[in-house]
Amino acid sequence: MNVQMLYDGILAGNRRAVARGLTWIDEGGTRGKDLAHRLFSHAGKARVIGITGAPGVGKSTLVNALAISLRHRQNTVGILAVDPSSPFTGGAILGDRIRMQESVDDKGVYMRSLASRGHAGGLSRAAFGAITLLDAAGFDTILVETVGAGQAEVDIMRYAQSVVVVLAPGLGDDIQAIKAGILEIGNVFVVNKSDREGVELTVRSLRGLLSLTPESVDWTPPIIKTEADRAVGIDQLIDAIEQHQTYLRQHNLLNDRRYRQAEHVLEQSLDDVRKEIEVDFRRKALWKEAVEEILAGQDASRYVRKLFETWLNATSRGE
Amino acid sequence: MIRVLVAKPGLDGHDRGAKVIARALRDAGMEVIYTGLHQTPDQIVEAALSEDVDVLAISILSGAHPTLVPRIMALLRENGMDDILVLLGGIIPDEDVSAMLDVGVHKVYGPGTDTQEIVEYIKQHAGER
Repeated sequence: MNVQMLYDGILAGNRRAVARGLTWIDEGGTRGKDLAHRLFSHAGKARVIGITGAPGVGKSTLVNALAISLRHRQNTVGILAVDPSSPFTGGAILGDRIRMQESVDDKGVYMRSLASRGHAGGLSRAAFGAITLLDAAGFDTILVETVGAGQAEVDIMRYAQSVVVVLAPGLGDDIQAIKAGILEIGNVFVVNKSDREGVELTVRSLRGLLSLTPESVDWTPPIIKTEADRAVGIDQLIDAIEQHQTYLRQHNLLNDRRYRQAEHVLEQSLDDVRKEIEVDFRRKALWKEAVEEILAGQDASRYVRKLFETWLNATSRGE
Repeated sequence: MIRVLVAKPGLDGHDRGAKVIARALRDAGMEVIYTGLHQTPDQIVEAALSEDVDVLAISILSGAHPTLVPRIMALLRENGMDDILVLLGGIIPDEDVSAMLDVGVHKVYGPGTDTQEIVEYIKQHAGER
């Protein structure tokens, strides 16, 4: 399959083309970037909802319930579920489909498992391209479920318009939630497994914590109680997400987010260049040389600047 | 990156073998999608298509392979997914193996197979796409 065939297939919503396009984007090479770049102008219509939270709180089950409910509301749904890659082997076990069987049986739902592939921050490096692709393919709502590390889930803010943070009763005290830094990124909070003991305590302490955050915006994150496996509270959750979307539109914040997304693309590209330089240095034994210089007492940052200049000169000479 | 779907079709409820394989493939640096028990052939092929896997590893212990496997292979062909490497494991009697290979399964593995053998086979045969 070539880029043009994929591009046409994706815009037509062909599932195989969508699947193969995501593979290209996921592999992180030039052809994937080209594809995402071409599709970017067709994106921007979907609502992108991030779902995050610690492991075991029921994110996948919640995504399944959300997808089913959204289908009842005539939405087509694209799901991206990110699981961690092993830092040792690069392999991954992606098990989110197990809990999403009911929703993925519906042809109006497309679900793809992604591995984080060593990218910290909870989202696979390819997530932005993947969201762009599903958006261009015409899915009304895109649900992005991230690695539930509970820490540094900041990436998702740049891609998702509305971020749903999922908690469950009995998973550590409120200080854990502050430590994890996920309170700041949530637009809607869900206390799942609300049939469990301690749910009121969790809701109360969450409400207490949210009241501590500086009131710079006039959106107060609602707290919704759900039992995702029985679809309890899901309609209320969708209503809350829709209210947040309305808020974003009324305050012209969607454009703001697009700016931040572009900014992130720029950061990623900068990172690519850094990696390229590193690979180049290692290949030319400059790396070992640098390490030895530092061992010998050289100022590392000054040395790096020198190396950068060497690299820039070499590249401009076309080496 | 090699992506593998580990599938458990039919009614048997034993997925220890499937999980051992999933883990061995993960440890060999592959991305393994596991979809759980009791999958229908349609669900398996839909998952293979959506996840765009290079390899489909099917585990059957119930003896239902003569009906399930040809159905899965037919669905793969219907969807133009003939390029997927299909492996079958579990309890497949010797006399059934050639029938399984005839419908398009690339390799059949019995109980006690060294997982490393499967890893090597996949690494050699999973196609570039």
